Amino acid sequence: MKLLAAIGRSFLGLIAAIGRIAIFAGQTLGHIVRGPFYLRELAVSFLNIGWLSLPVVGLTSLFTGAALALQIYAGSARFNAEAVVPQIVAIGMVRELGPVLVGLMIAARVTSSIAAEIATMKVTEQIDALVTLSTHPMKYLTVPRVLAATIVVPLLVTVGDIIGIFGGYAVATGTLGFNPAAYIRNTLDFLELKDVVSSLAKGAIFGFIAALMGCYYGMNSGRGAQGVGNATKGSVEAAAVLILGANFVLTGVFFSL
Amino acid sequence: MIKLIGVTKSFGNNHILRGVDLTVDRGTSFVIIGGSGTGKSITIKSILGLVTPDAGKITVDGQDVTQTDRDAFLARFGMLFQGAALFDSLPVWQNVAFRLLRGSLKRPKDEARQIAIEKLRRVGLTSDVADRLPAELSGGMQKRVGLARAIAADPEIIFFDEPTTGLDPIMAGVINDLIREIVAEMGATAITITHDMTSVRAIADNVAMLHDGVIQWAGPVGDIDTSGDPFLDQFIHGREIGPIEAIR
Repeated sequence: MKLLAAIGRSFLGLIAAIGRIAIFAGQTLGHIVRGPFYLRELAVSFLNIGWLSLPVVGLTSLFTGAALALQIYAGSARFNAEAVVPQIVAIGMVRELGPVLVGLMIAARVTSSIAAEIATMKVTEQIDALVTLSTHPMKYLTVPRVLAATIVVPLLVTVGDIIGIFGGYAVATGTLGFNPAAYIRNTLDFLELKDVVSSLAKGAIFGFIAALMGCYYGMNSGRGAQGVGNATKGSVEAAAVLILGANFVLTGVFFSL
Repeated sequence: MIKLIGVTKSFGNNHILRGVDLTVDRGTSFVIIGGSGTGKSITIKSILGLVTPDAGKITVDGQDVTQTDRDAFLARFGMLFQGAALFDSLPVWQNVAFRLLRGSLKRPKDEARQIAIEKLRRVGLTSDVADRLPAELSGGMQKRVGLARAIAADPEIIFFDEPTTGLDPIMAGVINDLIREIVAEMGATAITITHDMTSVRAIADNVAMLHDGVIQWAGPVGDIDTSGDPFLDQFIHGREIGPIEAIR
C-alpha cells in the first residue's frame, strides 16, 4: 500500500511539474509578443548563446562526423556498400546527430549557465530588486534568453551540420580513398529540403527548451548554495530529457507520418 | 500614509504574520525591530507586492496596493536590500541609474550617468567607482551603491532592509547618518527593518516591534526605554531571560 501511495505521489508530482513548466512556457510566450523589450539583454544573449558556443559546437560536430564516416565505412564494407558513406554521413548529421548534439551541448553549456545565474540572482534578492525597479523579471531575464536561443540555435545546428559533414569528408577523402568531388556531389544530391527544414525546426525547438529550462529552474531555485546547485543540475537534466523526447516526436512528425 | 490592517502570511504550517496592524505617517522615519525570522522582511515585501499576503489589507495614501497601476506604484518606492542586491553584470553607475535607463522614468544615457554620479557622490563615493563592477567593491561600498540606487529616482517612500548588517561600527554609523540625512532632505517616508539598536536610535522617529507575527509594541523612539513592555525591554537590552525564548 505504501509503495502504491509513493508511486501515486510521484506521478502527481510529475503532472504538477509538467503543469508548472507549461504555465511558465505560456507566460514566456505571452511576454515575447508584448513589450517592453530589452534589446541590450537580447544582444548579450545572442553573444553568449550563439557566438560563444561556436567552439564547442564545431569541435563536437567535427569529431562526430569523422567518427560517423569511419563507422559507416566499416559497417557498409561487410556487404560491399562503402559508397554510401557520403549519403549516410549527410543524412545522419543533418537529420539527427547535428540537432541532437548541438541541443545537448547547449543544454550543458547554456542551460546550466542560465540556471546558475538566475538562481544566484534569486538567492541574492536581485530578482526582488528588479521588481522594485519596475522591471518585470520575465521580460528582463527570461524573454531575451529564450528568444535568442530559439533564433540562434538553428544557426548553430546549421554550422554543426556543415562541420560534421566536413569531418566525414576529411576522413573519407583523407584516409578512406574517396574522391573529393564525388563525395561533395553525392552529399548534395542526396540531401532533401525536408532534411534541412527538420534540422532547423529541431534546432529552434531545442533552443527554446534549453533556455526555458534554465530560466524556469533558476526562477524557482531554492535557497543558498544548495538551491543554486539543485537548480543547475535539475535544469540540465530536464533540458536533456526534453530535447531527446522532442527529437523523437519531431523525427516522427517529419519522417514517419 | 502607509497602513497595514490584519495582514497575515503563512508558508505551509509556518505562520509568519498573524495579523499585522501598522500605520506609518507620511514623511516620518519608521523602524521595525524584532528577532530573526519574525517576519520583518515579509512585512515590507508585502507592501511592495513581492509577497502576496494571505489576508488583510495594505493601503498607501488610502489606495489599496492591489488595485493600483503597478508601474506607477513602484515608481514611488526605493529600496535598499540587505545584501545590496546589485546586478553583477552591470557597472556601478548602471546599477544606480537602472530605473533611469528604462521604463517610464527613462532619461538620455548621459543624463542618467550624471544623475548616478551625483547620487554616488551623495552617499560618499567618488566618480571613479562608477565604471567598476559591484564585485570589485567592499561590502560597505556596495551598501552605499545600493543606497544610491534606492534614492536615484527621488522616491517618495524608501525601504531599508537591515542597512547596517555585516558592516563595521564606523561604516554602520556612516550609513545610519546617510539614511537620516537623505530622508530629512528628500522629505521621504522611510521604513527600516533592523535589529541593530544603534541604528534604531539614529534613524527612527517611530518604532514598532514585531514578535510572534503581530506588532507587539509601537510608539515614538523616545519611549522605547520607558515602554514597560517586557518583550521590548528584553529585546533592546539583549537579555537572554524574558518572555522571548532565546532558542527559536
